[in-house]
Amino acid sequence: MNEPTSARRSALGAPVAPLLSVRDLKKHYPITKGLFGKTVGHVRAVDGVSFDVAAGETLGLVGESGCGKTTTGRAILRLIEPTSGAVRFDGVDLLAQSPKQLRALRRHLQIVFQDPFSSLNPRMTVGATIREGLTIHRLAEGAQAEQRVRALLDEVGLRPEYASRYPHEFSGGQRQRIGIARALAVEPKLIVCDEPVSALDVSVQAQVVNLLQDLQRQRGLAYLFIAHDLSVVEHMASRVAVMYLGRIVELAPSEALYREPLMPYTQALLSAIPVPSPGGARRRIVLQGDVPSPANPPSGCVFHPRCHHPAKDAACARLVPPLEEKAPGHWAACIKQAPTTVDWAQQQAAGGTNPPSRYLPVLTGTP
Amino acid sequence: MTAPAAPAPPVLSLRDLRAYFHTDAGVARSVDGVSLDVHAGETLGVVGESGCGKSVTALSVLRLIRPPGRVEAGSRVLFEGRDLLALPEHELRAIRGNRIAMIFQEPMTALNPVFTVGDQIAEVVRVHEKASRKAAWARAVEMLAAVGIPDPERRAKEYPHQLSGGMRQRVMIAMALVLSPAVVIADEPTTALDVTIQAQILELLSDLQRRLGTAIVMITHDLGVIAEVARRVVVMYAGEVVEESPVGPLFAAPHHPYAEGLLAAVPRLGDRRDRLATIPGTVPPATAWPSGCRFRDRCPYAWERCAREHPPLYRIGDGRVSRCHLAEEPERRAHPHAPRSEATHGTGGIASAERGAPGAPASGDDAAGSVRSEVLP
Repeated sequence: MNEPTSARRSALGAPVAPLLSVRDLKKHYPITKGLFGKTVGHVRAVDGVSFDVAAGETLGLVGESGCGKTTTGRAILRLIEPTSGAVRFDGVDLLAQSPKQLRALRRHLQIVFQDPFSSLNPRMTVGATIREGLTIHRLAEGAQAEQRVRALLDEVGLRPEYASRYPHEFSGGQRQRIGIARALAVEPKLIVCDEPVSALDVSVQAQVVNLLQDLQRQRGLAYLFIAHDLSVVEHMASRVAVMYLGRIVELAPSEALYREPLMPYTQALLSAIPVPSPGGARRRIVLQGDVPSPANPPSGCVFHPRCHHPAKDAACARLVPPLEEKAPGHWAACIKQAPTTVDWAQQQAAGGTNPPSRYLPVLTGTP
Repeated sequence: MTAPAAPAPPVLSLRDLRAYFHTDAGVARSVDGVSLDVHAGETLGVVGESGCGKSVTALSVLRLIRPPGRVEAGSRVLFEGRDLLALPEHELRAIRGNRIAMIFQEPMTALNPVFTVGDQIAEVVRVHEKASRKAAWARAVEMLAAVGIPDPERRAKEYPHQLSGGMRQRVMIAMALVLSPAVVIADEPTTALDVTIQAQILELLSDLQRRLGTAIVMITHDLGVIAEVARRVVVMYAGEVVEESPVGPLFAAPHHPYAEGLLAAVPRLGDRRDRLATIPGTVPPATAWPSGCRFRDRCPYAWERCAREHPPLYRIGDGRVSRCHLAEEPERRAHPHAPRSEATHGTGGIASAERGAPGAPASGDDAAGSVRSEVLP
């Protein structure tokens, strides 16, 4: 267990107690078979995830479909009940709360969903949608609530008069603004943003990204920003966690992660992003095959069957790489990327033939 | 780096293509006078945001538009000397899937769930080439191998749901390319895929293109994909072509303000801008394109002329065209202002306005400022 150390460093080394702290979070879904629903295995959607989010910071959580990033976000809010693990928010253990206590806590912990078309109730006016949270948490009533709704709409860049309209009258970007206003109504400290701009066109996406950043500055919000688009995450996040098959494989300050990704999967992921500058010479690592099924993940390092690290060997299939600190604040799970706490003798005992080395393919031509 | 200096005749030409949807809410002019050429073996990128008409353009080429939509009279799609829009259905069927093939965004809905993927590819061969069942099957397996599907004999006997998203898209590509068509129209072929799988598919497409000499029309909203695969790019907005250019010059110095705004709005890796540039407002509804320039309400340079005169496609040199009056009055680019939809929160219906931080009008200049700085590398 070396994760607790990462806790203390979470806000880039600043010794602050994290706002949100997640430890060894797991969500396994049983696979059942036959008439009596015998459990024959588990889909390990989230398999031991640990990280912290400090007040006012943005932690990016990236990965490809099925890596468990959305499940992680929802398990933190207990919209999905986690199988095991610990989630502390502002010093309170969320997993130990009764449903009633949890509802009260959710005032400080909100979520914005990916799909602005299905996340708003089509039969409620925009005003009623935003007011609901105010009423439930008894924050404002009557004319005062009305006033708050109008102020919130204004804050997210919509006309206050829109309060009386219905969601279908709005475009995707506008609906996402409504979803943000709804989350903001209860004055949360942390918002889980689950792919908030993925469904939007580029120009509208930029509007919403700017809005989220402005709100963060004005209100001191913390975001857990879940996305598959690494360029958007780089723009938003101060630190980034990369997930693969239910685990965090790399966690680092944004700048370090994009400049010098250490985990071979992150390297491949970054190199795969098409860059909007024609002719920009770049080396691309094209991964072979597909992501394995989380019902039957590979042994050892879950990435080893697709890995391109030149020192990859039999030990990678046997040893589970710990998420370890390779450089100050820069955590990665790879026993072949030096330095590593899994020493050479241990690797040899597991059939290792290539000693760990530093492997940093030059990925981008851009400075 | 082979500039199309000696223009061979294009394999596929769209001339004044109009596809309108006649709905209760009015006539939606989704594609409104699009002309473009596709040359043998090239990759033409077609880029634009939702609702710009790029997908409807693709469907219109093969007459796949269903009522209430229809391709309007006067539109022409010229392929190998014939107008596809004037052909009888049975003659068109000999071309569709054979000489011109399509790859769709969502392979799960484009493949038939009750037939094995091998059968579906073999059927294309049997229908178009009258090949025997056995020969067609052999071709299907061979093609699956060519698109990089491991163990193709076994995979051919599987159903679409048994394959991953990336595999299904490979099957779609195999089906599209099995008859070596002259043109493949790929409509957002990698949008539903993860980036690492997208990288595989793009690599596969360009590799097959080199080997088979197929022309590819790559329709996408992703400027990164365009930069990577296309040599020439058509930018669409509000049912029209607003700029056409070789890819390098377009990205280095977009001429049309929409293209300029779009390029500036993309977050890039290694981009240390504090704020992203945005295009204020939203695309107007296709039933009510604005008069004059359709982009003018969102444009930081628009002036009186833009409301009065619908801009034609101006030649701006370098094999480029742009549908913007700036071509005739370039000095106006030096004086951007807050676009109308930003200043007034839009007109007619609900238009969103990007206001962000207090001091709203300034953010327009701000955005435009970063737009300018994007032009020069």
